[in-house]
Amino acid sequence: MEILLPILAAAVRSGTPILYATLGEIITEKAGIMNLGLEGIMLMGALGGFWINHMGYSPWLGILFAFGVGALMGLVHAFLCVSLRTNQVVSGLALTMFGTGASSLLGRAFIGETIPGIRAWPVPGLSEIPWVGPIFFNHDPLVYMAYFLVGFLCWFLFRTRPGLHLRAVGESPQVVDASGISAIRLRYLYTILGAGIVGIGGAYMSVVYNKLWGDMMTAGRGWIAVALVIFAIWNPLRAAFGAYLFGGVEAMQLRIQAGGTGISAPLLLMLPYLFTIGVLLFISIRKGRGILLGAPAALGDPYYREERE
Amino acid sequence: MWVLRCEKRVDVPRWLDLAIPLVAVAGALAFSGILLAFLGVSPLEAYAAMLRGALGDWYGVSETLVKAIPLALCGLGVTLAFRMKVWNIGAEGQFYLGCIATAAAVRYFPAENGMIMFFLMFGFAIFAGGFWGAVPGFLKARWNVNEIITTLMLNYVALHLADYFVYGPWRDPAALGFPMTAPFHEAARLSQYFDSRLHSGLFIALCAALLLRFIFKWTRWGFEIRVVGQNPRGAHYAGIPYLRNLVLVMFLSGALAGLAGMCEIAGLQGRLQHGFSSGYGYTAIIVAWLARLNSLAVLLVAFLMGVILVGGDTLQIVMGLPLASTQIIQGCILFFVLGGEFFRYYTISLHKKEAE
Repeated sequence: MEILLPILAAAVRSGTPILYATLGEIITEKAGIMNLGLEGIMLMGALGGFWINHMGYSPWLGILFAFGVGALMGLVHAFLCVSLRTNQVVSGLALTMFGTGASSLLGRAFIGETIPGIRAWPVPGLSEIPWVGPIFFNHDPLVYMAYFLVGFLCWFLFRTRPGLHLRAVGESPQVVDASGISAIRLRYLYTILGAGIVGIGGAYMSVVYNKLWGDMMTAGRGWIAVALVIFAIWNPLRAAFGAYLFGGVEAMQLRIQAGGTGISAPLLLMLPYLFTIGVLLFISIRKGRGILLGAPAALGDPYYREERE
Repeated sequence: MWVLRCEKRVDVPRWLDLAIPLVAVAGALAFSGILLAFLGVSPLEAYAAMLRGALGDWYGVSETLVKAIPLALCGLGVTLAFRMKVWNIGAEGQFYLGCIATAAAVRYFPAENGMIMFFLMFGFAIFAGGFWGAVPGFLKARWNVNEIITTLMLNYVALHLADYFVYGPWRDPAALGFPMTAPFHEAARLSQYFDSRLHSGLFIALCAALLLRFIFKWTRWGFEIRVVGQNPRGAHYAGIPYLRNLVLVMFLSGALAGLAGMCEIAGLQGRLQHGFSSGYGYTAIIVAWLARLNSLAVLLVAFLMGVILVGGDTLQIVMGLPLASTQIIQGCILFFVLGGEFFRYYTISLHKKEAE
């Protein structure tokens, strides 16, 4: 049992960047916009956060900056998808392509450099609790912020009026517009906010988790987050469960690799991706039987006020 | 006060089909130029260097064609899937599988006859790439599993699978520890022409484009694919089988990318090695979209993208810019093409708002 504890703690830590990205995407998709640019946004966020901290400013400013970078990319996506009503899938791919290229170009000066980053800060009192303490409360502040964000989003989405508007605009923008609230403004707002949160997820990789910059350092986590949104049926609490489960797979894979069991490293590296497919398959088979529903009805559809269905 | 008003076009003028992509590419180059200027590189010089490198002499042109071959084949595969509104983002992985299968054919069935070897590799690549595409296709058709995610995840799986072989069982002991297989024997190499690296994959790409054109334009099946893409429900009522068509489309889509993989390593590299792909499968998405899913236009756009890739190589050598800069240009082109689509269907005009 003693072996399990560090793995579970590592699961929470390595699940956190995926969790931020998943939460950001949930907000955006709830508003009816699909953003497949997560991978590019995370990379740009990771670079932005690293850059600020590397220049000697506070790592927290770096996190804030990463939010800004993400939000800016969200704005581009919103402009294309909401105002110009383009194909959301392809726009997201363009965002990923651009983000991957730009981060690699701008980041080449930083390869091999390290930053102080954000240190762990065990919560006084709570971290003493056996089991729960070391697993959940012996981390850095951004991990705790993610807990808070999960709780806040659960409350916001399902218990408040603006949350109702957010869900409504993803179900039927016409109805929201007819009730006197601008569907276009809401879609802009939540695409930008969501992408900003995704940017924080990226910055977690560089500022907290690795404390360095590496080309393509997110290694597909943005795409895994897209899959987790479906796994979570657009519910923040399930997203947390999924993200930590994923972190667990990643932590296990690292342990097995370090343990030298003789299993080839490339085969182990496939695990998270195969696991994603498995999870998606599982969820889709169940959905097929009508047990799980939750996809916003207008997800992916452009909206134009003066057009009818 | 003046306000912008956009209205839907009643009919789309033909000249827009050409004008929009051209303006979009020009806009993207201008925008990337601004970014280059920020990095302290003169955009005019950079673009001139790219053009010189890609089209300045026969060597440049032949290299551009060499890059256009896998782009065209992957782009055709993506086009086929996108026509049915199946989002196959997995051309990269299917390309990898084609490469792995080609290497397997050479390793386990090394025929001395060039013709037999060619068809062996051809069959292996089609089957492997097709399989890699058909699996997500089946999952989508049967359980509605999101194909964007599955094809993408399979890209990563394929990448690590290739690494497994070149680091493990297939590594050439004579390669001094480099992760690569032994070089293919002569019969397994595609013929090269004109004193350059241009290989017979060019004909495969041309044939594939013509074949696809024929299918889309003249066959009942090509029509069915389009119907399923535009109106799955209507297709269902019309008795068009969904599952079979979807799996078949994804198989062929993957097979084309697999063929691209075969051309790449049998025609060019002559062995399977770590990190051999330059993201053709992803660039293929731009190719397909820029060509507006027209299989003949894919050839032209693939050549254009080849120019950008070869030009990017030149940039790397002459100006020390990393290959990532071409990725930025590609991303920008996609943005501008997408944005340009809007002007195909809508017009924007200024109106004077009347006093209320």
